[in-house]
Amino acid sequence: MPDPLTTRGASPPSSLESPREATFAAGLNSAPSRSTAQTAIEIRDLNAWYGEFQSLRNISLDIPANRVTALIGPSGCGKSTLLRWINRMNDTIPGARASGTLQLGDTDLLARTTDVVDLRRRIGIVFQRPNPFPKSIFDNVAFGPRLHMRMTRSQLQDVVEWALRKAAVWDEVKDRLGAPALGLSGGQQQRLCIARAIAIGPEVLLMDEPCSALDPASTLAVEDLIFELREQYTIVIVTHNMQQAARCSDQTAFFYEGRLIEVGPTTGVFTKPKQKQTEDYVSGKFG
Amino acid sequence: MANTPDSSPSGAAETQPRALGSNATARGPLESVELLSGQPRRRRDRRFRLLCIGTAAFSVLILVGLLGSILIQGLPHLTWTLTTNGPEPDPQRAGIRPAVFGTLWVCLICGLLTLPIGVATAILLEEYQPKSRIGRFLYGIIQLNITNLAGVPSVVYGLLGLTAFVSMFGLFGTAASDQDTQTSRYEIGVRYFDQFFSEGERAILIPVDSASAPMTQPVAGMTALNFYGEEIQPTVLSPGQPLPTDETLQYTLYADAEAGRITQQAWYYFSLPLGRGVLAGALTLMLVILPVVIISSQEALRAVPGSLRAGALGLGATQWQVVWNVTLPSAMPGILTGSILAMSRAIGETAPILIIAGIVYISRAPQHLMDDFTVMPLQLFNWISRPQEDFHSLAAAGIILLLGILLSFNAVAVLIRQKLHKPLS
Amino acid sequence: MSSADELTGASGKAQLDERVSTLLRGERRPLALVRARELVIYALLLLCGLFSLLVTVAIVYVLAAETVTFFRFDEVTFSNFFGSTNWNPLLGGQKSFGIWALISGTMLITVIAMAIALPLGLITAVYLSEYAPKRVRNVLKPILEVLAGVPTVVYGFFALMTITPVLQWLHSGFSVYNAASAGIAVGILCLPTVCSLAEDALQAVPRALRDGAYGLGSTRFDVSVKVVVPAALSGIISAFLLAIARAVGETMVVALAAGSLPQATIDPREQVQTMTGYMVQMATGDVSNYGTEYYSMYAVAATLFVMTMALTLIGNIVRRRFREAYE
Repeated sequence: MPDPLTTRGASPPSSLESPREATFAAGLNSAPSRSTAQTAIEIRDLNAWYGEFQSLRNISLDIPANRVTALIGPSGCGKSTLLRWINRMNDTIPGARASGTLQLGDTDLLARTTDVVDLRRRIGIVFQRPNPFPKSIFDNVAFGPRLHMRMTRSQLQDVVEWALRKAAVWDEVKDRLGAPALGLSGGQQQRLCIARAIAIGPEVLLMDEPCSALDPASTLAVEDLIFELREQYTIVIVTHNMQQAARCSDQTAFFYEGRLIEVGPTTGVFTKPKQKQTEDYVSGKFG
Repeated sequence: MANTPDSSPSGAAETQPRALGSNATARGPLESVELLSGQPRRRRDRRFRLLCIGTAAFSVLILVGLLGSILIQGLPHLTWTLTTNGPEPDPQRAGIRPAVFGTLWVCLICGLLTLPIGVATAILLEEYQPKSRIGRFLYGIIQLNITNLAGVPSVVYGLLGLTAFVSMFGLFGTAASDQDTQTSRYEIGVRYFDQFFSEGERAILIPVDSASAPMTQPVAGMTALNFYGEEIQPTVLSPGQPLPTDETLQYTLYADAEAGRITQQAWYYFSLPLGRGVLAGALTLMLVILPVVIISSQEALRAVPGSLRAGALGLGATQWQVVWNVTLPSAMPGILTGSILAMSRAIGETAPILIIAGIVYISRAPQHLMDDFTVMPLQLFNWISRPQEDFHSLAAAGIILLLGILLSFNAVAVLIRQKLHKPLS
Repeated sequence: MSSADELTGASGKAQLDERVSTLLRGERRPLALVRARELVIYALLLLCGLFSLLVTVAIVYVLAAETVTFFRFDEVTFSNFFGSTNWNPLLGGQKSFGIWALISGTMLITVIAMAIALPLGLITAVYLSEYAPKRVRNVLKPILEVLAGVPTVVYGFFALMTITPVLQWLHSGFSVYNAASAGIAVGILCLPTVCSLAEDALQAVPRALRDGAYGLGSTRFDVSVKVVVPAALSGIISAFLLAIARAVGETMVVALAAGSLPQATIDPREQVQTMTGYMVQMATGDVSNYGTEYYSMYAVAATLFVMTMALTLIGNIVRRRFREAYE
């Protein structure tokens, strides 16, 4: 099934226009108005290492709730590392350590005592390449809820439908929920992965270059989705693609060699960068 | 590759003009180099290719010779008798049935024991990364140890099994090899009887406590059972007394009658030490194939893409939930294939079973875990090592049967690999 | 689509939102329980992992303990065991335990086996890895796999029933049981081992190295023999060591075809007894009375274990180094 070709402005086929939606936030307080963004994640003086290599240097950054924050910068600048520290995916890498402050609300994300399992339930992640499990579409989305909650079959069905609608793939897959997820196209797979991530009701969604493995049509579909989702989730997206950052983020942070060079409203960073390096990067002189 | 030593004569010739060339004039060092013909090198390439093809043909020839000689000798003897009869002294009537059942028992138990332990070890090594320096060191040791265990000759495992399982280090009394002289032995599911034959030619069974209890003397009023297990009241006469003529005769004994000790073992009979039984054989085989199962399971787990693990971890799955829900199902075809191949190795393994079971005459399938047994390759070994030609042909027929079983195992493994193998990303 | 439909669709969606919102705020599985289960499972896995270490410890302990018992017997001396080539454990008066008789038998068989398995295995591996067209590979690989899966007792049969008569037909000096026949069969048995391990090593050599050599105008022979084989040398050596260990420990073939006369000879027409062959003789015979000959079995096994363990250990360490260099 081809991906729906949607363009900015036109509403995607299954967008959720319900007026209630704005007031419903999964596991989070109700969405604040655009002007008064609260800080969802607070980062202060974060330093991180892989073995001897220092991958992040003195990062201080506020990630606002219900906004899309884009992390940009050339390869190896530390943006993905930062993302992987936020939900502690780096725990699986031997020799990775970090110091400083990284807080989600009252939770210290770096503390040894913090339960990473609980943490990752609150902070979902979508990876660079779509990685659906070799199971059915239904089982993929139901994976998280089954881990964390006791649900009846009909409750599970509700959650799966809701998540798939939210991720804008419901119309494409509703007739074949039992089919293997690996039979979907790349773009559908990635939206399935997003559905899988939101099906456990996270507060924050991390996206690690979610469109880099997709064709342009699927990329647009996913970008639309990201734009929609920020109504309910705090979204942090790592991207190589400047246009993408410009299109779908509210705030942009530019990283270079492990340092945070500049951060500000997206329009500002792209049109009137304060730093020379930022300007060079966004104008395509290197990267 | 200039630094590779080249022993061939043309290689030596090659260096000669180059040396001259380096002395050359200002026209550049390569100008004066005399180009070698590529002809000899191409010829050598062709010769080597021929050698290769010859070698490959040779290994095919070996297989053909191996199978051919066995088929020619064995096919005429491949009859149903082989599968229905036990080992008889007459090669025309001898069969391999008890050994087939022995193989079945031993390999089934061996598989049930090996699979969980082997897969668990593989999961530990592949999925649970060590966090500390000591942990990494321990993992390294375990890994090296497993690869080395795979290289230990199976006959050595046989000796380990002999001490560790058959006699259990002598912890439960000695002389495991000679069961009659065994004094202390922990047993479940066994009953001992002293059996008399009455003057009416009926069996009278007197229950006794243990194998080493003193022989029963006939006394009036003793507890006795008949052949069907019903309680009876035997009449005991002193020597010389006249026998009754009525039906009490069938349970009448003289006081000087002599008993024989008999043993009844239930299907759940269990004893420590294990003795030369099925369980000891299965445990020993487990040691032999455990490294094989671990290594192949590790390879299957390693083939699962890391992105799947990351996906599950990102959803807040614990390590075990990742393994159980994602990694293990994805690796299952590989693990099963490897395990089936390991089982076929177990079926063909002879030396350790030979050490454990010895060459004994076995006429029936094992009845319980401690029962004496033999396995197919051991029965074949027995036949091959006899002088009579007929037994050799019988062995060839048995080999065909064995190879048939192994081939069907391999076929199942290939089928699983193909049917269950789904792309994972 | 009518407007009524849209309305129910929208309100249906709203209800769904409501239901799921309550669900996702609902009670979670208790984390403490999940954690506890995790810990128990990890402990079980660790136990299984340690089991393999226990096996090694048990092998070493059993062999060492029983060997010590063996040397406690009056008729056994160190100097006799390590300094004599006369192995005669059964005859009462002239018992002698010179392990060299068995070691020399083992070595003779191993040398013959390796003379066949190493060159053939290596050439086949080079052919499979560098030369063979896909079609040939698809035939040859399964054949080697079948050869590897054939039980050793079958090779013993092959040696005794086919190889020995052929040898006797070629040369009348071969006795019924002889070292050559057993050695050849062991060689055939080791061939797939050598071949697949060596091929692994050759395959691990990076493509770029081959491309570089081809780019300089090398023939396939130049590339295989002068570039790939030297680059994979340590991998190949480890394959050889592991195959030698396999040959040294091989049991059923030698028990059937090599004979049962322990003697130090280099004549392949004669019968010899290997260490493994002796163990089989003890296991099949009537000697189970816990005398010297019973314990001698363990002393022989200990010697065998030390030899094969050294070979596999070196082989695996070399292999690991090699793989680290390229992966």
